[in-house]
Amino acid sequence: MNIQDKTMVEAVNLALHHAMGADERVVCLGEDIGVNGGVFRATVDLQQRFGEQRVMDTPLAETLIAGSAIGMAATGLRPVMEIQFMGFIFPAFEQLITHAARLRNRTRGRMQCPLVVRAPFGGGIHAPEHHSESTEALLAHIPGIRVVIPSSPRRAYGLLLSAIDDPDPVVFLEPKRLYRIQKQPLADDGERLPLDTCFTLRQGSDITLISWGASVRETLLAADRLQEQNISAEVIDVATVSPIDIETLCQSVARTGRCLIVHEACRSGGIGADIAAQLSEQVFDCLQAPIQRVTGFDTPMPYFRQEQWYLADPEDIVHAAVSVVHYQ
Amino acid sequence: MESLATVIRYLDDDGQACHELPLWAHEMEPLLECYRWMVLTRLFDQKAIALQRTGQCGTYPSSLGQEAISVSLGQAMEAEDIFVPYYRDHGTQLMRGCGMHELLLYWGGDERGSAGGPAQDFPICVPIATQCGHAVGAARALQLQNKPQAVVCTLGDGASSKGDFLEALNLAGVWQLPVVFVLNNNQWAISVSRQQQCGATALALKGIGAGIPSLQVDGNDTIAMMDEVTRALERARSGGGATLIEAISYRLSDHTTADDASRYRPDDEVQQAWKREPIARLKQFLMRQGAWSDALEQQWQEHCQHAVAAAVKHYLEMPEQPPEAMFDYLYADWPSVLDGQLQTFAERRQRRLGE
Repeated sequence: MNIQDKTMVEAVNLALHHAMGADERVVCLGEDIGVNGGVFRATVDLQQRFGEQRVMDTPLAETLIAGSAIGMAATGLRPVMEIQFMGFIFPAFEQLITHAARLRNRTRGRMQCPLVVRAPFGGGIHAPEHHSESTEALLAHIPGIRVVIPSSPRRAYGLLLSAIDDPDPVVFLEPKRLYRIQKQPLADDGERLPLDTCFTLRQGSDITLISWGASVRETLLAADRLQEQNISAEVIDVATVSPIDIETLCQSVARTGRCLIVHEACRSGGIGADIAAQLSEQVFDCLQAPIQRVTGFDTPMPYFRQEQWYLADPEDIVHAAVSVVHYQ
Repeated sequence: MESLATVIRYLDDDGQACHELPLWAHEMEPLLECYRWMVLTRLFDQKAIALQRTGQCGTYPSSLGQEAISVSLGQAMEAEDIFVPYYRDHGTQLMRGCGMHELLLYWGGDERGSAGGPAQDFPICVPIATQCGHAVGAARALQLQNKPQAVVCTLGDGASSKGDFLEALNLAGVWQLPVVFVLNNNQWAISVSRQQQCGATALALKGIGAGIPSLQVDGNDTIAMMDEVTRALERARSGGGATLIEAISYRLSDHTTADDASRYRPDDEVQQAWKREPIARLKQFLMRQGAWSDALEQQWQEHCQHAVAAAVKHYLEMPEQPPEAMFDYLYADWPSVLDGQLQTFAERRQRRLGE
């Protein structure tokens, strides 16, 4: 098996090539995904290999992209639709919420909606306004939709293949800050990674650091620095933020007794708040300190000259983790 | 282009042929079939409203006065075609195998009402115009799979103001999709009149902008509807692309049982509309042709009354879904990470039922 170093965006592209080559029901649609290969090049060469029939450049109409993907999914295809930036996903929300999420439930299983929504999201690449938000919680609140967020090339490849296999709608959010920041050896072996499962990236005994998406990178860097202070941090990548594998999180926090949740999205009503609530409900007796969060703020993502102030860096995480560990 | 050539019709308001009929319309059986379904649809409609009024059904949108559109679609479509309905096409749904008891279940607040009908047909769509995207997606899937089927998407005149409709029309034109949009122009989007809805002389003009054949048809003329829908479906199935049919009709009822149209609609307009309604029109035509009679009418009315009564009985006697059914079919495979919620539900059920 040919193993090559791949970035996350290359891993996404590899998974799409793999899925389309293996199953002719898999089609891609979206703006600029064909000849142009996507504005981030996630779909590069797909149209060249699989043709205009299966890799469809659509008019600029997000509602339509989502609506037509639902029609395709219910009529025997496996559409993978791209929303160019997550900031433009809102016109598609009605379709995702009122139709994709509940087609199976509404028809008592007569119809299904096996579609994947791919969207680059999050800040940190100096993008214009409306291109940098982390609004995953809005989607995670909708029953019937899975929301999956990879944090490395390997997980992008394996989770995207699983998302395409999944017989239900999956929103696959790609942290674009990670698209090209890191390479990992990757074989195009078709190996899937499980959905609905957290990944423990680093074992530790003093505190559990919980994160997902781009923030995983800073969280891992923080864990290294904590180790220098003799603080042993366990790092868990939630990966599927809906539904959440709370059991894995509970087991870890029950063992370490301390927990810090790190996410890029704004603070209130977010997935971090939900995880904190569930941990409080289930492992309160094991907690030796209040659960803390390091998050973005309840403000619009600032324009890029100031976005670094919104995004937490490893030192912010270290600072919060130390306060949790030293809580009396 | 500011207007379309003419509104296509073959029968005048009194059921007299006003143009030379298409050849097929000289055979009475297809029209008799339509007539019988139209009568059944109307009786079903009346019963559904009565059930709502007596608290045995939820809010219900009547199809009174629009039966020719629904039934023409049901008659012209092949079983393998895909129907993407809005919420006022009971006639088509019934003809495609959806049970009357299932329609009552749906409007009675039970998800099992969407389980019936052909496997490929989409469920009733309540949000306005969102089904238009599904229709073009389904049509694209047929096109890619080289299937000689067509998609029929229905919508109301209010839906023609939504971006979803225009986006779907646009794509149908670009990709030459096998889809027929049937825009049921019943003149009123709840309280907003056709004139307040759109400044164009014809709603079908929106299809011209998308580059697809578009026409206005008298939606209360069963012959005209059948003829144009059949033609559009043949074009779709043979690779000729999409069609937009603006079927001009009139909503003789309230918008739904929760609406009171007398607040916004003049009585004389409604009375005039009754003179153009589709069932009496086709009946007069069939009677003149000697294909229908008072005796046949009485027999059919009795048959329909029995069929509707049996469906209502079936509906009312169906056992409730178990409450945990809300969790059913949420995902193809139940995510075990949600087991805790099922457990919480089981405890709630146990507590409430004293089990």
